[in-house]
Amino acid sequence: MHQNKEAVSDTIKHEQHVVIKFAGDSGDGVQLTGTQFAETSALFGNDIATFPDFPAEIRAPIGTLPGVSGFQLHIGSNEILTPGDTYDVLVALNAAALKVNLKSLKPNGIIIANSDGFDEKNLRLAKIDENDNPLHNGSLDAYQVFTADITKLTKLAVAEFGLGNKEAERCKNMYVLGLVYWLFDRNMQHSINFIEKQFSKKELVAKSNIKALQAGYHFGETSEMFGNRFEIAAAVYAKGTYRSINGNQATALGLLGASVKSGIPIFLGTYPITPASDILHELSKHKGFDLISFQAEDEISGICAAIGASYGGRLGVTTSSGPGIALKTEAIGLATMLELPLVICNIQRGGPSTGLPTKTEQSDLLQALYGRNGECPLVVIAASTPADCYEMSYMAVKIAIEHTVPVMFLSDGYLATGAQPWMIKTLDEMPEISSHFIRKADEGKPYQPYARNENLSRDHAVPGTPGMEHRIGGLEKENITGNISYDAANHELMVKLRAQKVMNVADTLPLQTFEHGNKDSKALIIGWGSTFGSISTATKELREEGIDIAHIHLKYINPLPRNLGEMIKNFDHVFVAELNNGQLIRLIRDQFLKDAKGINKIQGQPFQITEIKDILKHNLQ
Amino acid sequence: METAHKTIFTSKDLETDQEVRWCPGCGDYAILSSLKKVLPELNHSKEDFVFVSGIGCSSRLPYYMDTYGMHSIHGRATAIALGLKTSRPELSVWVITGDGDALSIGGNHLIHTLRRNPNLNILLFNNQIYGLTKGQYSPTSEIGKITKSSPIGTVDSPFNPIALALGANGTFVARTLDRDPKHQQEIYKRAYYHTGCSFVEVYQNCNVFNDGAFEIMTEKDSKSFSTIFVEHGKPLVFANGTKGIVLDGLQAKVIDIVDGSTDELWLHDETDPMKAYILSRFFDNDALPRPFGVLFADSSKPCLDTLIQDQLKDKRIENKTIAFNDLLKSRNSWEVQ
Repeated sequence: MHQNKEAVSDTIKHEQHVVIKFAGDSGDGVQLTGTQFAETSALFGNDIATFPDFPAEIRAPIGTLPGVSGFQLHIGSNEILTPGDTYDVLVALNAAALKVNLKSLKPNGIIIANSDGFDEKNLRLAKIDENDNPLHNGSLDAYQVFTADITKLTKLAVAEFGLGNKEAERCKNMYVLGLVYWLFDRNMQHSINFIEKQFSKKELVAKSNIKALQAGYHFGETSEMFGNRFEIAAAVYAKGTYRSINGNQATALGLLGASVKSGIPIFLGTYPITPASDILHELSKHKGFDLISFQAEDEISGICAAIGASYGGRLGVTTSSGPGIALKTEAIGLATMLELPLVICNIQRGGPSTGLPTKTEQSDLLQALYGRNGECPLVVIAASTPADCYEMSYMAVKIAIEHTVPVMFLSDGYLATGAQPWMIKTLDEMPEISSHFIRKADEGKPYQPYARNENLSRDHAVPGTPGMEHRIGGLEKENITGNISYDAANHELMVKLRAQKVMNVADTLPLQTFEHGNKDSKALIIGWGSTFGSISTATKELREEGIDIAHIHLKYINPLPRNLGEMIKNFDHVFVAELNNGQLIRLIRDQFLKDAKGINKIQGQPFQITEIKDILKHNLQ
Repeated sequence: METAHKTIFTSKDLETDQEVRWCPGCGDYAILSSLKKVLPELNHSKEDFVFVSGIGCSSRLPYYMDTYGMHSIHGRATAIALGLKTSRPELSVWVITGDGDALSIGGNHLIHTLRRNPNLNILLFNNQIYGLTKGQYSPTSEIGKITKSSPIGTVDSPFNPIALALGANGTFVARTLDRDPKHQQEIYKRAYYHTGCSFVEVYQNCNVFNDGAFEIMTEKDSKSFSTIFVEHGKPLVFANGTKGIVLDGLQAKVIDIVDGSTDELWLHDETDPMKAYILSRFFDNDALPRPFGVLFADSSKPCLDTLIQDQLKDKRIENKTIAFNDLLKSRNSWEVQ
């Protein structure tokens, strides 16, 4: 153990917030290290935002640059909306992890390096000259570097339990966790409980991991490795019950909650795809709620089975990502024609084609809005934070059921895996959902499948209802009766009715508000979905710097909120920031004839706050 | 599968106000008529029948049957029906499909539906041609067939639908033909009473684009030599009792029946999957008659809808609101005072 620099001080350093990046090989278990640290910090009372970033391969070649897996975590004692642009602490378990992540480490930031991961082989794999080890060549002088042979120390710590060499080495992520727990003065109990539960059937593995965790902690304490520890006080939260939640968990729970509230059980018809699969994993645990989860033979079967279930009186749900949504397209058209409730979750990733499966992007918006044959309008809504996935997926169900329409719920890889503390909203705090399924015949009245209520939604008689036998299908329907019709005027009427029906959803939606600023601000930035944290923080900081910019963040995209046009009409400067090559901007230009300017990033990564600020400053000064 | 209080209805009650739009002389009329005869005799009320179809001539059938029905999209009827049936196991769900719908665009769903064994009845109307798109070759068209899309003959080998269904672990595999209403009705009833996924291939004549495809099996002078109607426990006899089939190892051979003795003949055992497979391969040998009837039926395999419902019953939570609110809090929640 050595320090490249003198200890900074011997005291506790109080910080408002700190960004930590855990990085290592994708087999090193850094995702677990990061998740545990995040959960413990959330339990302690910090606000948190996390950003796991990992390769698409399950085990990319060990030690290489493409094999680096990272977990970025922002903890703070006040509100945090993003995982942070740059980090204060970088934990690098090998040379490749350092090389990939160094560029975002703050000047004078802390590097905790596993010296074992910087041997000749690892340097070679990281494409670094074997005779030019960055830990020794002075290239890291701008940082505080702490190195320890973590692999060796871990093996020594767990030797008494007699695990094999590989299994023993695998405990090193817990050793690192212990070390960082000490550095941030965190309690280890949550992780001890986790390990005991996780390895309840493998006693030696459990004991070894706990020992590694404690050894790491004690090493931090006794080695005097670090000159100071950090203290990030608990954030001030409103009274209530909280938990840590990521976007996919929140999506699953929102769907399930809406099913419980409405009394209509879910049929999930789906096919595994990154990054949506965790919704399937979560929902398939909850059969006790009368939930059927069906892992279909393909994406098409998944949505079609969901449509069949909706026809039978369940709530059909299908979950996927862009490539899968492409396959479901024809069936979304069918559901639009059948006018049945259906929720389609698109957890977007980088595209086109297979694209960037584990990276985030917002490039399926136009697919969601327009990607079907014929005039086929679809309700499209988007969640803005991991926790917001709960409310927005709940709303997707509510709209689908109350308006008898398919609804596309958009999330993305960043929301799906990112976590934050969330004040739990139990079902009594969620809006009512009224069902339009008819279960008994109306006395004396013939049933008309395409008769409509004031919303233009239709009443659906589920099979098994006596006296209401009827046929529906993908051919054009005659208004009211639902019989096949090739009549020219009827087709136009039906196209317009289906469009109006979607537009009518806006009547039941909350009006849009400004996140920051107001209609008299100097400029406006509009965003949608997962960019909320970056845009909101950038806007807030610019306002603090004296630039009067307003922020509108859209969650309802089709239909748009009724008052949006009124809100934006007076702005001379309108910017639309999104993680694609310009999609929402087309809608804004089209709907409001605004000469909006795009702020776009298409790198599989979320916006950094500074990126947005720099562009806005450049344009407004 | 029986509903508690079945209401009485007749074939006439199954007529809809929709004009039937199949070409005059289409084999589909005979199938529709046989189904209408069978349904009132079954144990479900009229409102508990659902017909789900894909795209193609056959798939128009739901419009002509006054039950619940869905005319869906090409190839997907099996997937839609699976979602419906597992959601509502008390319904009697029928899939109406064709050779293009089920075996081309819907091939994947068909094989997976068969292996999963939901309690559905799949009727595949096989006319060996694309009718609705006006005469292209289908996945069951014979090799060398001249059609609009194969002016000098097809080069694709056709599917053998029965062998395919057996290969996909179908638990009920049968064949019937449009020209034999009585046999059809018997097979549809058997399909209905089978607990599990019933697959019925119906040879159906398209008199416009592929007229006479099954003529040899339906015309008086050739019919008895080119077809064999199998029944469980009975010897394989055809040609008006003059010929029979014996099994020589795994080879089926035709023999003449002398003095009416059928002792040597192959006794049909519909529970034997190996023999069912041999029967399915008669398809490849013009010297052997084409088998009709229930070729395979295995009721021992549990059906998907029962398995799913058993899991739901097993896990059922009484007060779901309380349980859900608890679930929200169950994972490492903390209180802020």
